[in-house]
Order: sequence, then C-alpha cells, then structure tokens
Amino acid sequence: MAPFPLPLEALLTKGGAYLVYLLIGFSFGYALEISGFAISTKLAGQFYFKDMTVLKVMFTAIVVAMVLIFGATALGLLDFNLIWVNPTYLWPGIVGGLIMGVGFIVGGFCPGTSLVSLATFKIDGLFFALGSLFGIFVFGETVDLFYEWWNDSYFGRLTLMDVFDLPSGVVVVLVVLMALFMFWGAEKLEHIFGKKDLTKEPKWRYAAAGVLLAGALAVLLIGQPTTADKWARLEPTKEAALQNREVQVSPAELLATTTDTQVNLVMLDVRDEADYNLFHIRGARHLPLSQLAAAIPQLLLEPAANTVYVLMSNDETAATEAWKVMTAESVPNLYILEGGINNWLSTFAVNEPEIQATPTPAGQDRLVYTFPAALGDRYDAADPSPHEYELEYTPKIKLQTKRGPSGGGCG
Amino acid sequence: MATAVNAKPKPVNKLKGFLFSRPEKPYVNPYLGGVVLGIVLFMAIFLTGNGLGASGGLNRYVVFLENIIAPEHIDRVAYLLKMAGGEKNPLDDWIVFVTTGAILGGFVSGWIHGRLKVETNRGPRISVKTRWVLAFTGGAIMSFGARMARGCTSGQALSGGATLSAGSWAVMFAIFAGAYALAYFVRKEWN
Repeated sequence: MAPFPLPLEALLTKGGAYLVYLLIGFSFGYALEISGFAISTKLAGQFYFKDMTVLKVMFTAIVVAMVLIFGATALGLLDFNLIWVNPTYLWPGIVGGLIMGVGFIVGGFCPGTSLVSLATFKIDGLFFALGSLFGIFVFGETVDLFYEWWNDSYFGRLTLMDVFDLPSGVVVVLVVLMALFMFWGAEKLEHIFGKKDLTKEPKWRYAAAGVLLAGALAVLLIGQPTTADKWARLEPTKEAALQNREVQVSPAELLATTTDTQVNLVMLDVRDEADYNLFHIRGARHLPLSQLAAAIPQLLLEPAANTVYVLMSNDETAATEAWKVMTAESVPNLYILEGGINNWLSTFAVNEPEIQATPTPAGQDRLVYTFPAALGDRYDAADPSPHEYELEYTPKIKLQTKRGPSGGGCG
Repeated sequence: MATAVNAKPKPVNKLKGFLFSRPEKPYVNPYLGGVVLGIVLFMAIFLTGNGLGASGGLNRYVVFLENIIAPEHIDRVAYLLKMAGGEKNPLDDWIVFVTTGAILGGFVSGWIHGRLKVETNRGPRISVKTRWVLAFTGGAIMSFGARMARGCTSGQALSGGATLSAGSWAVMFAIFAGAYALAYFVRKEWN
C-alpha cells in the first residue's frame, strides 16, 4: 500500500501531528515572505501588468506541487484517494471567487499574505487581517440566509481529469504547458507595462522550465496505477483478512449496526437491478458492480472516521469482488454481509410465508428465494425489528483510526 | 547610533536593535519563490493529505471568540455549531496550526532578511488613513468571498489547483477575473 500520506495522529499523537502542521505553516509563511508577498503594492501590481510576481509564484508553486504529487502517485508512494481534493461547489465557488478578486484589488492582499504582512509589521496588512476577521464573522452570521444555494451545484470530488475525460498524465502535461505559456506572456507584459529589462532575468529559468516539463512527461509515461495494480500490491495482506473471515459480518451484526447511532452505516447492494427490485434490505443503496468504479470518488467523501460500508450480493461472490475494488481504492471500513442476501433471508424471513426458498438454486451468487412480487424493501424481512431477534454473533466491525484528509484547506 | 554606545541600552532599544538592525536583503526571484512554495505545498499534501490554508484558521479564531462572548448564539447557527457546538473547541483543528505557523514563518523570514519595518504600503496618490480603510474593507470583502467559496487563495487556488480539483480551478480564475475587472476603477489606490 502506498505509504503516504502518513497516519499522523496514530504515529505521533495529536500533539505531534499539530506540531507537524505548525512546521508546515511556518514554511508556508516563510515561502510567502521571501517571495515579497508581505508587500501590498507588489501584489496589486499584478493587476496593472507591472509586476507579475503573484502569477509567477502561484503558478510555479501549483505546477511544481502538481508534478511532484502525480509523480509520487505514479510511483505508488502517495495514495491519491487519501489526499484532500477540494469538492466542487460550482456557483458558490465562482461567485465567492469574484468577490475575493474584488477584495484582493481593494485590500491589496489575500488572507494568507496579510498574515505574513502583519507578521513583518506592515500596518495595511494588520488592517486587512482585522477586516478579514470581520468579513468571516459577517459570513457566519448571514450564511443561513443563502444556506441552500451555498450547498447547491455540488459535484463532489470532481477533478479536471473527470471534466475533460483525460488521463491525469495528459492533464499534468497540459497544465505545465499552459503555465509556461502564461509565464512567457507575463514577462512580455512586464516588459511593456513595467518597463522591465528581460535580459536581466536569470537564464536558469529556461533550465527549470525544461526540468518541469520533463517531470510532467515522465508522469505521463509512467501512468497512474490502475485498480488492479493497487489490488496486486495489497493482495498479500488483504487476502488473509478475507480468508480468515475477518470482514464478513453476520446478518445479526448488520441488524444491530443499523441501530447504532455512532456509526454512519452505508449498505451497498451490488446485485443486478432485477434482484434489487425483488428484495433488498431497507436503506441499502443499489450500486451494481459495473458502476462501482465511477462511484468511488463519491464514496471517498463520506466522513472517514465513522462510516462503515457493508457490501452485499446474493451470496458473497460479487460482494467480495466489490470489496477488493474498494479496498484497492482506499475506501475505509469495508465489510461484506456474510452469506449475502440469501443468508439474511434464511435468518429473517422465517416468519414470512410468501418468501419461499427455491429447491434448486440456479448457480453461484443467485437468489435462492422466490417472491410473489417485486416489493423491494416492503417485505418485513427488509426491516426486521432488532428486538424480536436475540441472535449471538462474533462482532467483526471495528472502526479504525483513519488516516488521510480531515477536511478542506480552509475548513 | 552614537547614543547607543552610552551606558546600558534600555531594554526597549535592545529589542528594537534586535528586530530592526539586520541588513535588508532583496526578495528572491519569483520563480524560485514559487518552487519553494510548491515544495512546501507538496510536502504538506504528501505527509498529511491536507493542503495549505489561511482563511480557515482565521475562521476558527473568529468562532472561538464568538463562543466566548455569546456561546448560546453558536447553538442557533448550524454553520457555527459544526465548529464549536457542545464540547468542541474551534481551535482544536489542524488548520489553526497551519495558519499560526504561517504568521511565525513570515515573521522569522522578515527578521532574518531585515525586512521587518513598521510601514503602510500604498500608491503615491492616497493617504495612509485611506489605505487603512481600504485594507480593512478589502479584507472583509475578500474573506467573506473566501468563506463562500470554501477556501481562499491558499486553500482553493494553491492546494486545489495542485490536486487538479475542477472547482478550485474555477475559483482561481474567478479571483483573477474579479480583480482584473475592478482594477481599472481603483487604479488611484495603487498607481
């Protein structure tokens, strides 16, 4: 399994993890200061084409980090599914962005740079930061007025790869090319509007651009690991959990878990639509195997700390297949319904005469019960009362302390 | 500086000397600054899975203050409740440490490079007081927008830009669009 990102809190306790974040923040502030981002006039110069420092620093940082991130994921060092990718809320993002732009040119900073500015005793930075606190306060007090709109136009963990339907290597190369083109344009503008002498710019920037582009091409050539690659890497450790039946939860445990308020239980029914319509457990989402891969980004956005997934098919075959795919894609806390829906029905449909066991099961992973009608979850067995059954079971579900992203860059 | 030689310097002067006496160094080349910032951003994501941020930390400071002044008010607003409801301490979050660290890092770099200076940066045609008012106003507008967009230039444009989040790229272009659209009308402030 890709060893990074690290499970910081598990490794270092909370205090240690916060120290790491403090050091990261320290380096962040240091990097902003050495770039001149404490000076409002320098930042504002960007918008009069005189001093394109903002664009150069920002886009260099973005493309350098991007090439390193996707290089690390290509080499199997970093698990892309465990890093925070800002979820897309399109319209609040665009409108909020436009408002930020207005604030930027009026105030001369963004929140991060104003902190560095006040840290170096600039009084305009201090006033901007105070204004920031006020603006944040006003937002907190008014967000209720447009709460619905603010949570609307939600696209989940959407990446540029999804939007353009391109592999990440291609997107990485295109973004690097776009950045290099923008740098070229920015220098031309500085020459025209800022009267800058371009011959004095350092020559090493050409070499740096070459290294960057070479890195992006390497990312493209190596390619990102597929689900099968990821499973192959995990198989030695995870296959044992399947064989030792550590992840197969009994119907009784699943029923008990449905009433556990501490757990965000997500039941995924991976059978075909006909079987799902005939009968399914109440609350189970229908997600056939063929659509599983596409749904992974959404599943990764469930709150990692207390979400438990239980996968089910008629017996265990398809559910186990789904378990492997989701395990490979780093979805946490995954379990399989032991014996599948057939076993669930043999436990909870005993008092429902219209649900009949068929004498000859039609093959593997087939429903061995017949139903008078496709009533879905309207059978009693779809939602048995936990109080009516006193069943013994060995508990298998245990929530792991989860590593990975705990929230947004500005959560 | 002749007076400083006389007798013992006062502690205040000593502090001033410590803070302000280092020779001022020029800023690094923007591409080099960008490479350093990019490596910092990569390390953040590589080690922790989280990117960088600033407005999120400020947000939690604001909620922390609100929680002291009017705790019963927090309980009425769902947005605030998420950060400070019940036993939750709004400062108990990684982003607060990133934001606080950024202030420290900025200070240390400013000190090492002799760039600590009490001043107000502004265009030649506006007064210091006007600049302060505009800085406060701009800060309020910017951060209102940052909360709406769920992240500022750091949390959205930088962090989301590098992880190729579609929404973050939309936010980034919107920031530049908003600033360029208004730049002409506030040119007196800066030029």
